[in-house]
Amino acid sequence: MLATFHADLHLHTCLSPCAEEEMGPLAIVRQAKKKGLDVIGICDHNSAGNVAAVRQAGRREGLAVIGGVEVCSEEEVHILGLFDEQESLLNMQRLIEENLHGENNPELFGQQSLCDQNDAVVARETRLLIGATELSVDEVVEKIHQLGGLAVASHVDRESFSLFSQLGFVPRGLQIDALEISPLHSVAEAGDSFPQTKGYRLVSFSDAHRLEEIGTTFTTFRGISPSVKEFRKALLGEDEREILN
Amino acid sequence: MTVKEMAERAELEVLVGADGLDVEVTGGYAADLISTVMANAKQDNVWVTWHLHPNIVAAALIVKLSAIILVSGRQPEQETVQRAQQEGMPILGSSLPAFEIIGRLHGMGILGTV
Ligand SMILES: [Zn+2]
Ligand SMILES: [Zn+2]
Repeated sequence: MLATFHADLHLHTCLSPCAEEEMGPLAIVRQAKKKGLDVIGICDHNSAGNVAAVRQAGRREGLAVIGGVEVCSEEEVHILGLFDEQESLLNMQRLIEENLHGENNPELFGQQSLCDQNDAVVARETRLLIGATELSVDEVVEKIHQLGGLAVASHVDRESFSLFSQLGFVPRGLQIDALEISPLHSVAEAGDSFPQTKGYRLVSFSDAHRLEEIGTTFTTFRGISPSVKEFRKALLGEDEREILN
Repeated sequence: MTVKEMAERAELEVLVGADGLDVEVTGGYAADLISTVMANAKQDNVWVTWHLHPNIVAAALIVKLSAIILVSGRQPEQETVQRAQQEGMPILGSSLPAFEIIGRLHGMGILGTV
């Protein structure tokens, strides 16, 4: 049976150097529930290292969690890859690691904390997650699709690290599944201000780096489960699935 | 100064579009944000960039630039080459980094729009 899901599929955890330390797995799940979200997506910069812990916290607290990663392409375009299968996400992670160089300096960029499901820090990631990979935006999208994931261009309405800021418009032939509008604009405003969005499916997520930002904007869809598979169907309008906002 | 003269004097290699080099260069623009190039570069400017992506050709056509100059020995993606050939947009290159290339061009009288 079809149900309605409020989805905020672009949240960072304390693994992202630019996110607050308070963004632990359990804290995120509890805040998301408080905000009335039905499903969240975890997309840290160039790493899926905290996804499993958030999934565990979500299972315990009764919140659906989708695993993902926000890849920084060589053009410094941010692309979200969302996956139903943890195995596929880990394959994506491996590819990113092979194409990402440098070591983090916590004093300059911030801590990169790996946590357990109770928000205890178990390790620090030493790779420079804030850096750009050597993968082109086309390669990133292609790889996400090969692994069965959904590819969304992050915050296209922002002036940095977005498909529009870096590359001007959606490259011809890029099989991007949706464009994300940041909390700066409503989807309707973005459609007016950015003619490059024409013909593409638009979604809106919070890109939260702090607890209070979780759920400030989200996308509502109808499907049978809060999964990537159903979200994709909703984007395509298949089998009576649909995006509601 | 034409693109051809500029290329010779600044020792830029012609990577694509050798038959489109007779355009007069009106000035230069440098950026790796294609959105700012589309917003700010002027017609028949040359554009100095690090980008290899096919979108550089489309952006250059929209602004009607006279040529794209790739820095640091970077080689354009295959599709970028194809599109530049189709559309007659010259792509030049140099092993020098951006700062050096821009310095040479500026010294030759190719200025930015201020
Ligand atoms: Zn981002
Ligand atoms: Zn983000």
